[in-house]
Amino acid sequence: MSAITRPGLAPTSMAPAPAPMAPAPATVGGPVTQVRVVRAEWTKLRALRSTWWCGLTAVVLIVGLGAAIAGSGTAYHVSAADSAAKGVSASLLGLLFAQLVIGVVGVLAFSGEYGTGMIRATLAVVPSRLPVLWAKVIVLVGLVLPVTLLCAFVDFFAATALVSSRGGSVISLTDPGVLRTVVGSSLYLTVVVIIGLALGALLRKTAAGLAVFAAVFFVIPIVVGALPQNITGFAPYLPSNAGGALWGSPLGTAHALSPWAGFAVLCGYAVVLIALAAWRLRSRDA
Amino acid sequence: MIEIDGLTKRYGDKTAVDGLSFVVEPGVVTGFLGPNGTGKSTTMRMIAGLDRPTSGTVRVNSKHYPGAAAPMAELGILLDARSVHPGLSARNNLLALARTAGIGRRRVDEVIELAGLGEVAGGRAGGFSLGMGQRLGVAAALLGRPQSVVLDEPVNGLDPDGVRWIRLLLKSLADEGRTVFVSSHLMSEMAQTATQLVVLGRGKLITEASVEDFVDHATTGGGVLVRTPETVRLGQLLAAPGITVINDGTDLLRVSGTTAEQIGIAAWRAHLPVYELTPTHASLEEAFMQVTKDSIEYHAGATR
Repeated sequence: MSAITRPGLAPTSMAPAPAPMAPAPATVGGPVTQVRVVRAEWTKLRALRSTWWCGLTAVVLIVGLGAAIAGSGTAYHVSAADSAAKGVSASLLGLLFAQLVIGVVGVLAFSGEYGTGMIRATLAVVPSRLPVLWAKVIVLVGLVLPVTLLCAFVDFFAATALVSSRGGSVISLTDPGVLRTVVGSSLYLTVVVIIGLALGALLRKTAAGLAVFAAVFFVIPIVVGALPQNITGFAPYLPSNAGGALWGSPLGTAHALSPWAGFAVLCGYAVVLIALAAWRLRSRDA
Repeated sequence: MIEIDGLTKRYGDKTAVDGLSFVVEPGVVTGFLGPNGTGKSTTMRMIAGLDRPTSGTVRVNSKHYPGAAAPMAELGILLDARSVHPGLSARNNLLALARTAGIGRRRVDEVIELAGLGEVAGGRAGGFSLGMGQRLGVAAALLGRPQSVVLDEPVNGLDPDGVRWIRLLLKSLADEGRTVFVSSHLMSEMAQTATQLVVLGRGKLITEASVEDFVDHATTGGGVLVRTPETVRLGQLLAAPGITVINDGTDLLRVSGTTAEQIGIAAWRAHLPVYELTPTHASLEEAFMQVTKDSIEYHAGATR
């Protein structure tokens, strides 16, 4: 199991102690490594009820809402003007709500520790601090990416099965843009959880983190969408709209960015926010 | 060993810790004493690297703690009972910390038993009483069997049984050669627990001494109470430079500057009857108040 180290009995190059000193007491703590901190963060994330509730809610929203929309029979009847990918996007409408739940998981991963005081215990055992941030990124990606990917495929197959059973258009994964839409929805949510994490680390308060997250991903895009287009030239660059380009968000704007350019913009936001979070975590008192 | 040198922490224009320098040696329990709000917790947070000093340095076991390779083997710290996640069980709180150092479940179970939490370890920490929270915090501090242990007010919220447990625990840690640094605002508690004392007032070091010296020094001035029908003659007999004799008109003399033995011998030689001969000490709390009275930031009377 864990290595027993005796820090007092240091290796060779040190001169022997001049006076007979009591041997250093036995300790059991080994070095902090990134892998160990990841395991620690996974221990927390796995054991928190909020993770499971949010995960379950997200799954229900993505798969359930998708099946419901497909079952209602409207979206998948792809008209001549629509592409197959657009029909798939419509079945992924649940993402608009699931992203809020996913954002909560991200925000809570840090704000939950600040709110409860656990952050002091966490940072006291990892005093270099940054491994904690990277570990949280890794466990959240490791949780959200596979789960949402599975959800997206289940949603796709369930929706297409429902539609074709009613004699609707048959959509295949090989149709142009369909695979990108399905996989992209999962990539989008994965970046969203990172943005939530960064907001939680920057703002430290759950309420503040959730409010900013909901404003950026839900309120502002809708408000901007309602404004005249001549003053909303920035709209395609809003995080949800930029990322929405990848999976064809039904809330998408006119003049949307191309799918991968939009996704790159979304990733840009995440990188900048995580960098700010890292800087704040390093430099500020815990 | 914990070495603190010129440590200063300012929050805006308020100085919480002001040029603090002292050394906490291994092998003994060192008490960190001071009224509330004098910078004890801030100092301990700086030891753990949670707060960055405005200036000055802290070295834990001769190392800069935030750069330590194996932090949990170097330092275990209890900052307050609410440094746990209430949504996690006690065991998972401990396990999450232990994982960072590759410490396994066996050691986690060991500290759970050590802290007397065996019955409740699976329950959510949010449902814990303050005393159980303290026990959990102490368990966390001991996970890595660290060379240095820093505990901020560990007896807060503990029942008498818990207080006794902490005292024995601290002594045994010190006996193993570990550095044990424990804060309190109660002098009487420290007198029973610690061997060395670091006394803080308004963020500044007031004194660094053994508990014995501190108590001796601080409680002299208590003097000796002498009950005798011959107050005037005995008073004259004892009068000497450095000795004060106060008679408040009854048969009681309050003598300071000499000992009960000296008074007894003098009275016996002069054939003066003595009914009572009582050495008195200022209580420890009085002594502590005396030492820190100029440094208490908020006098109770000043709040209106």
